[in-house]
Amino acid sequence: MTTQDQINTHTISVLVDNEAGVLARVIGLFSGRGYNIDSLTVAEVDDGAHTSRITVVTTGTPMVIEQIKAQLGRLVPVHRVVDLTVETDSVERELALIKVSGKGEARVEALRMSEAFRARVVDATPDSFVFELTGRTEKIDAFIGLMRPLGLKEVSRTGVAAIARGAEAM
Amino acid sequence: MSETMTGAQIVLKALQDQGVEHIFGYPGGAVLPIYDEIFQQDAVEHILVRHEQGATHAAEGYARSTGKPGVVLVTSGPGATNAVTGLTDALMDSIPMVCITGQVATHLIGNDAFQEADTVGITRPCTKHNYLVKSADDLPRILHEAFHVATTGRPGPVVVDIPKDVQFAEAKYMRPTAVQHKTYKPQLKGDIEAIYTAVDLISKAKKPVFYTGGGVINSGPQASQLLREFVKLTGFPITSTLMGLGAFPSADPQWLGMLGMHGTYEANLAMHDCDVMINIGARFDDRITGRLDAFSPNSKKIHIDIDPSSINKNVAVDVPIVGDVAHVLEDMLRVWKSRAAEPDKKALADWWAEIETWRGRKCLAYRKDDKAIKPQYAVERLYELTKGPNTYITTEVGQHQMWAAQYYRFEEPNRWMTSGGLGTMGYGIPAAVGVQVAHPDALVIDIAGEASVLMTMQEISTAVQYRLPVKIFILNNEYMGMVRQWQELLHGGRYSSSYSEALPDFVKLAEAYGATGIRAEKPDELDDAIRKMMKTKGPVIFDCIVTKDENCFPMIPSGAAHNDMLLADDQGLDVEVSDAGKAMV
Repeated sequence: MTTQDQINTHTISVLVDNEAGVLARVIGLFSGRGYNIDSLTVAEVDDGAHTSRITVVTTGTPMVIEQIKAQLGRLVPVHRVVDLTVETDSVERELALIKVSGKGEARVEALRMSEAFRARVVDATPDSFVFELTGRTEKIDAFIGLMRPLGLKEVSRTGVAAIARGAEAM
Repeated sequence: MSETMTGAQIVLKALQDQGVEHIFGYPGGAVLPIYDEIFQQDAVEHILVRHEQGATHAAEGYARSTGKPGVVLVTSGPGATNAVTGLTDALMDSIPMVCITGQVATHLIGNDAFQEADTVGITRPCTKHNYLVKSADDLPRILHEAFHVATTGRPGPVVVDIPKDVQFAEAKYMRPTAVQHKTYKPQLKGDIEAIYTAVDLISKAKKPVFYTGGGVINSGPQASQLLREFVKLTGFPITSTLMGLGAFPSADPQWLGMLGMHGTYEANLAMHDCDVMINIGARFDDRITGRLDAFSPNSKKIHIDIDPSSINKNVAVDVPIVGDVAHVLEDMLRVWKSRAAEPDKKALADWWAEIETWRGRKCLAYRKDDKAIKPQYAVERLYELTKGPNTYITTEVGQHQMWAAQYYRFEEPNRWMTSGGLGTMGYGIPAAVGVQVAHPDALVIDIAGEASVLMTMQEISTAVQYRLPVKIFILNNEYMGMVRQWQELLHGGRYSSSYSEALPDFVKLAEAYGATGIRAEKPDELDDAIRKMMKTKGPVIFDCIVTKDENCFPMIPSGAAHNDMLLADDQGLDVEVSDAGKAMV
């Protein structure tokens, strides 16, 4: 397999005008052209300028990733497209809310693990916890994996938010 | 002070300020206020079509033959959904179009109201951009912006969806100004370093070829002039896609003819064997490349395109240049001249000698027939009798379209209107209507097939109403010819649903519409019949009865490489087509 055929994961940040339908344009582009979305987050980031930031984690060969960036750049309400994986050194974080239920030894073990992962307990009942955990996707995956035998009930994840390191803005 | 007016008045004022003289449309409940304003003014002429799809293709023909945007006005719901085919067609072929759609009143949106459709939702993937106007205050800006987006960069269709209450609401009008759009800024000038690299590569080429496309036409007549100058300076061979025909004169000895699936032998072999390919405003479409892993394996590729997403999409290139064709060619010519660059004349002479042997195959030759009209012969005779700078050709989609591309010849840009990317049967008549509206004194001919033409036949009624003397030249072989050809090639000759049964009598049909019908059945009556068609003042439907089982050659079967072409004298389609090839369209 050459590097041209290799499928890699990329985190792409897209700064858009916060106007009606802009998210539909981005999502429609991915589904219409058969690109993957592994994770997607979107929120307004500047209410004065009415701009939103969309962070997409996607996978593809180098040619497909280039296409995704070019296609995103072509959308009229798009200000900037940055491939954080290639163009910069970046910080990526996800937040997850994780519900675990159980009694006795499993419950104690879940709480012990949450401390090791620096998760916070945001809700507790005699037979359940809701943990809040922030970190890289791998860390959250690992924690969820550990919770599974201990009574994992439900997971809600935000998807990846990412930003470049250093003083430069996008 | 800017005046206050209703949304409907703002629409008409904006159209006038954008220099719009003609719009193609069909009224309905949700656009009545706009139609009321049309009634009360003379600056913008409205052409009433017979189906909204017709309005969009007419606007495409208008746009492609003038370089100006085509403008469409349709109502909500079915008006908008009927326009979708033409919008998609315009998107695929990069045709500037502004389509105004009516919408139910804002308070009814989302309620499944009568004639409501989610127009911006439906048209999002088939437009360059679209807008739902929720307040009349936004209307002037959005309308001007729509024209800006439709006509600049890589042109395309833009939908402006206007709810009926917004058409009645009052707001201040604002004239178009040269505003900088905050996000949309197409790049016109190419990167000069890339242009230096390209000129280097071109001057060292031993087996070069120019591969040009619709981008040259879209860039304007100046781009065609610059292209001609550059091709003359270098002495290189040149071929073009279907969409680019006319940018370079076909009478010129450097012209190899069209390339691609039904392109000439010499053009496709030159593409396959070249060492430097100069792609100007074309997009390495699958009709052009054939099997991708065998596409021009030994060449360095230069690619000029205004759309960054066209670069490296299908074929990885060595020198990408993002920019407008005319701007880039101007810089390229300047660099070429300032360096006093010279092509490698010795190598070029050898290359041309090789090309001449391919030309010697005479790939467009066909067996003549004294008793029946061959479709190729019909187009050849049509060309000989109608050629000229004031002749405009549109087509439908299928075999006749390929024969038109092969046997009709174009010396100037903007004379050839065809549905290339989407391949929309039914494009030709309405496109001819649009061309004739833009060029009232021109000879406008739709080279058609009997199946395609029935898809939008009702637009002949539009031609009669507006006294548009379009000539519909039908190559009638009683088959959806290209479907039949593929069934012969790939499906064992089982002609499933491709026979045109229960055809109307086209002569009587013409008469029923108030047009003139002419029929030719024998080769010896063809010339006189064509002359009669040209002498007829009004619209004509010409029923040219041609041989039924003719195949369109040359042909690169799907999934094959450029050097695996089928030629007419190979006869029989006993070629092995791979399973992967069969799966391709």
